[in-house]
Amino acid sequence: MFTPYLFLLPAATVLLIFFFIPFFHTIVLSFSDYSNSIYSAVFCGFDNYIELLKNPVFYKVLLNTFIYLAVAVPILAVVPLFLAVLLNQKLRGITLYKILIYLPVIVSIVVAAIAFKWLYADQGILNYIVTSLGFNSVGWLTDPNWALYSVIIVTIWKGIGYYMMIYLSALMSVPKELYEACDIDGAGFLTKHLTVTIPHIMPVIALIVTISSISAMKVFAEIYVMTKGGPLNASKTIVYYIYERAFENLDLGYASAMAVVLLLIVMLFSLINILCFERKKYQL
Amino acid sequence: MKNGKLFSHLILILISLLSIFPFLWLISTSLKGAGENIFAYPPVFIPSDFTFENYAGVWKRVNLLGYFINSMIVAAGTVLLNLILSSLAAYPLARMEFKGKKIIFFAILATIMIPFQAIMLPVYLITIKLHLTDNVNNLAGYIGLIMPFAVSAFGIFLMRQAFLTIPKEMEEAAIIDGCNAFQVFWKVLLPMVKPSLAVLAIFTFIGSWGEFLWPSIVLTKESLYTLPVGVNNLQGMFSANWRYIAAGSIISIVPIIVFFLSMQKYFISGENEGAVKG
Repeated sequence: MFTPYLFLLPAATVLLIFFFIPFFHTIVLSFSDYSNSIYSAVFCGFDNYIELLKNPVFYKVLLNTFIYLAVAVPILAVVPLFLAVLLNQKLRGITLYKILIYLPVIVSIVVAAIAFKWLYADQGILNYIVTSLGFNSVGWLTDPNWALYSVIIVTIWKGIGYYMMIYLSALMSVPKELYEACDIDGAGFLTKHLTVTIPHIMPVIALIVTISSISAMKVFAEIYVMTKGGPLNASKTIVYYIYERAFENLDLGYASAMAVVLLLIVMLFSLINILCFERKKYQL
Repeated sequence: MKNGKLFSHLILILISLLSIFPFLWLISTSLKGAGENIFAYPPVFIPSDFTFENYAGVWKRVNLLGYFINSMIVAAGTVLLNLILSSLAAYPLARMEFKGKKIIFFAILATIMIPFQAIMLPVYLITIKLHLTDNVNNLAGYIGLIMPFAVSAFGIFLMRQAFLTIPKEMEEAAIIDGCNAFQVFWKVLLPMVKPSLAVLAIFTFIGSWGEFLWPSIVLTKESLYTLPVGVNNLQGMFSANWRYIAAGSIISIVPIIVFFLSMQKYFISGENEGAVKG
């Protein structure tokens, strides 16, 4: 009679301690004031949230996160699809292409960020290319106008192979006869994919838009390794700001109020994702 | 048609090069000796003052082997716990009827929606309360690195799906033979879902191996650094010595690249779409 619960117990204990309790604790913390002492919290209502709304850095950070989504998500939805289409044909060396394009996915984000930091160096190879094309050299990570985009490029570069493989397995399930029919009609590359491929894999495109949005909301390591959110908050996103307020300023209540904002946004994306695109995976 | 293939090759070669160029440039820098300007304009790709000295130097001054062992311990522990806890929890969810099943099912599903980044502060406070940090002792430090990732809804659902595909007759036969629920699970069901266990193991391993945020929050002792934390730390240690930073970074990615190449069919066959993690 107790058997099912015994099987569930170990996993449930871990999820309880490391997911559910922290989840509710985050909400409680967001209504607490720790400013007098880190050891004694005082209930402070919506003070943390009100202060959040008064803080220009918070808006800057939200804007940066939004730019992150707006730039990375469309590129990660389109470029990998295009590459998957190219790889979904009989070509020599196809496995090698897949391995090389997938390599950035496997390698730790810390090494990827270090590698790009080296490319972005003031006298680095990227500035050599830029100056030899006749432009002024760019402070890729030190110019507030560029830093955020330089970091976004790393995220995109690291994500392409991952989404490409998701697309590729989706493309394998498109019936071959439809393409053959197109060939008989003499349809070109573009018409073929606009009329057959895209409609067929629309759900996968939508899935990739939501999962890449969720992971763009959560970026941290790239920023930590490359810019620490600088210069002048130019590349600071919401998770980095939470980290900074929580672990560097020990501003627990304030950081938690921000964490609740992050929770709400990510939960919304996830809910859409699960209900619309991943029902089969979870057998709902 | 011929033109189409040529075009495909050109694009794929270009993207492949872009994918590996940052690593190649790092390797090139790591092989340049002290006599060569690494900021030379125009940049030189093949080192003229070729040397392995940077590798020897960084290996001697930084405990890369220690970081590797720490990463192995944490990844092995995380994988093992995920395999055990996920399949244990998945079995009743796939096969038994019991009170509260629906609630438990949705509670587990809900954890998918909670990003670790939003709850990391209380997770940290709890880890300290449970004395699972490296300033207690090394074992506690390792356990603290592992526990928040010891089980995931992703793993539970993956295993549940695997159990659902096994015909019920298999278990019934075992029960008639006198097996109890645990024996059925251990001796009959688990051996039949090995492919799913392999997928779960590989993707959990990759996730754990690359994890940076959590170890950089909890770790205080250099002797317990995992590879990502240790490699990030190279930047502080050798500030402008990019030869050393490059050499250390390249050493750090060798194990995972070997792992990837030997397991490549799991990553690039296109058959594991269900295994992708959100």
